[in-house]
Amino acid sequence: MWSFHRWFERHSLILIVGILLVVSIGGLVQITPLFFIESTIERVDGVRPYTPLELAGRQIYIREGCYVCHSQMIRPLRDEVERYGHYSLAAESMYDHPFQWGSKRTGPDLARVGGRYSDEWHRAHLADPRSVVPESVMPPYAFLQRPLNTAHIGEHLAANRTLRVPYTDEQMANASTDVAAQAEPNGEHAYDFQQRYPTAAVRDFDGDPAHVTEMDALIAYLQMLGTGVNFNTYQAEAAGNDR
Amino acid sequence: MQAKKRGREDVLGVGAIVVITGILALVGIGNAIDTPFQIQMWTLLTACVLGVAGLVWHTARDQQGDQTKYENGIVKAGVFASMFWGVAGLLVGVIIALQLAFPNLFYFPDFGWLNFGRLRPLHTSAVIFAFGGNVLIATSFYVVQRTCRARLAGGMWPWFVFWGYQLFIALAGTGYLLGITEGREYAEPPWYTDLWLTVVWVAYLLVFLGTIWKRQEKHIYVANWFYLAFIVTIAMLHIVNNLALPVSFAGSFSYSAFSGVQDALTQWWYGHNAVGFFLTAGFLAIMYYFVPKRAERPVYSYRLSIIHFWALIFLYIWAGPHHLHYTALPQWAQTLGMTFSIMLWMPSWGGMINGLMTLSGAWDKLRTDPVLRMLVVSVAFYGMSTFEGPVMSIRAVNSLSHYTDWTIGHVHSGALGWVGFVSFGALYCLVPWLWKRERLHSMALVDWHFWLATIGIVLYITSMWVAGIMQGLMWRAYNDFGFLEYSFVETVEAMHPYYIIRAAGGALYLVGALIMAYNLWRTARGDAPARERATDVPAAGVAVAAE
Repeated sequence: MWSFHRWFERHSLILIVGILLVVSIGGLVQITPLFFIESTIERVDGVRPYTPLELAGRQIYIREGCYVCHSQMIRPLRDEVERYGHYSLAAESMYDHPFQWGSKRTGPDLARVGGRYSDEWHRAHLADPRSVVPESVMPPYAFLQRPLNTAHIGEHLAANRTLRVPYTDEQMANASTDVAAQAEPNGEHAYDFQQRYPTAAVRDFDGDPAHVTEMDALIAYLQMLGTGVNFNTYQAEAAGNDR
Repeated sequence: MQAKKRGREDVLGVGAIVVITGILALVGIGNAIDTPFQIQMWTLLTACVLGVAGLVWHTARDQQGDQTKYENGIVKAGVFASMFWGVAGLLVGVIIALQLAFPNLFYFPDFGWLNFGRLRPLHTSAVIFAFGGNVLIATSFYVVQRTCRARLAGGMWPWFVFWGYQLFIALAGTGYLLGITEGREYAEPPWYTDLWLTVVWVAYLLVFLGTIWKRQEKHIYVANWFYLAFIVTIAMLHIVNNLALPVSFAGSFSYSAFSGVQDALTQWWYGHNAVGFFLTAGFLAIMYYFVPKRAERPVYSYRLSIIHFWALIFLYIWAGPHHLHYTALPQWAQTLGMTFSIMLWMPSWGGMINGLMTLSGAWDKLRTDPVLRMLVVSVAFYGMSTFEGPVMSIRAVNSLSHYTDWTIGHVHSGALGWVGFVSFGALYCLVPWLWKRERLHSMALVDWHFWLATIGIVLYITSMWVAGIMQGLMWRAYNDFGFLEYSFVETVEAMHPYYIIRAAGGALYLVGALIMAYNLWRTARGDAPARERATDVPAAGVAVAAE
């Protein structure tokens, strides 16, 4: 019965085709349904695309490899829900290209860190983590207090829109003013920005009103993490949300 | 000009790719929208200029090598590159282990280059892709020639694969330090580096296949099945997982084509099968050639090799979702991932049994030959970590182990014990064979390497087991009043002694690798007696097959 295997051993192309067939099945069965089964992503209110400043902050989060030590995925386990808040929903990362769920908690989960600490605390903590948490092993990020490069923020939004993140035409057109407006509460564009992103926070995140810095962007991103979904109206038991 | 003399299409083909890439790099420099991208393009351009210079130098000498002999030069280069990247990757590993133990070490608040978040991808990429990849390319080029009794196909193309791969590593590694990353573990290189690797990888597949097509043996040897599965599947994983949309073709940023839950599963389909096909299938190929060779015994069971080959590559690809237990990934996908991960135990142990039982009748050699001992211990570690893996993939176990250092310990028992040791064993075999020496410079030094590295691994994995399980238990501990017992930072503090032990274990492993590098250097330099291997020529009419 083993003689059939000669086919594979004597013909390299048959061997290759055999390998390709065998290794394709798993991915096809597991991954492709996620794009079609509607219940994969829950129906929720409140999850919106990132503001330009938050998106820039998210790029810094990725650039500095924060995902290496911090997860953004709270599991539905008693201790995690008590420590970090409501377990994470798929809907909360549906605009995340790429996802940042992480795989290791050298530091705590950040899925709901938004609003937990003051901007001032984040500033001090990022610049010198051990000044506020003596036992921390986190690296210092004082260098983030430098001007944010906003030259191409419109193209960043455009790339996201191509990937079906629902930015409006108005949001697209004003990306380059919005990126600064969110960090300048007294600036001339603050009001218009707030009209375009009603649930976004408009603050001077880094305590330096003169500049829009990388620190502004990163803190703006951290402060919105996990704050989107309104869990008062979310029906975890509803049929459409049962995964 | 060379074309008319001997038809050097290979040189022209490689030259065309290098020149086109160089022109694209120039365009990139001119239009760059961010400084890191510009630096990367300068690196690329420099590499292309050096590549053209190398091609010109090669054609001027008109040295195609003796076509009746095996192409050994490229394997020698691969041995050197493997050792270099191995030491570099381990060194970065020790540095970041120390950073976690002593958080003020190597940190510069005013610069981000050496922060843990940037060095950790540098470490993982250096050991997996730079060290592991070079070992795989070098050994595959050696093994495919011997088992097919044919000289490596493609003339200049294998050298394109070799240098192209080094360029991929250099671009990816310097990119991490500059802050260029796609933000997904083990798939961090940016879009243009991914494209470059795709070109190199296609060339690799064609060189490997071309050699198989020239073979003078009827059958394709089992090691080559595994090499082929590794090359083909890595191509599939790499291309699908890295689908991304660049913000600009003159910038380093790109956005993954997928988002959220779909992106997560695609990434771990890729991530787990980087383990399955890069770090397992490829290194099983090494086992299937070097263990029988060194033990001078035939492979234990032909049928077992057939069954476990097909079962392994079929089951592995399903295992990704066990990285996403209790996440927002739908539960049916988690359950599928867990089920297949547990089933995967069987073909994994099929491979281990086939490797270990190959020593039947030659077990006494373990006492006298430290190189064979290294190979055998690697297979034992393979067996151990492929048992631990299915255990950790069980959802209930995973609820404790996930996000903790237990995972890190598990990875390193596979990486240091299996991948590291089987690679070291193969390199210890290759150097005397390639440089035509009777034996290695010093067997005593191999013994030292073996024991230092083994003690290092034991320190590493036991400390991470304790640290990980303790951390998992502390996170879920409740006090008598029903409140969480520990704050997060108390669990960080508790890790400190284990992080020190881990760093010490890693340092021992690094010292072992340095001893090895010294030993190989002395062997190649000629501090061991010379020996001509008369049978080591293609189709020599010798009735002895390579195995």
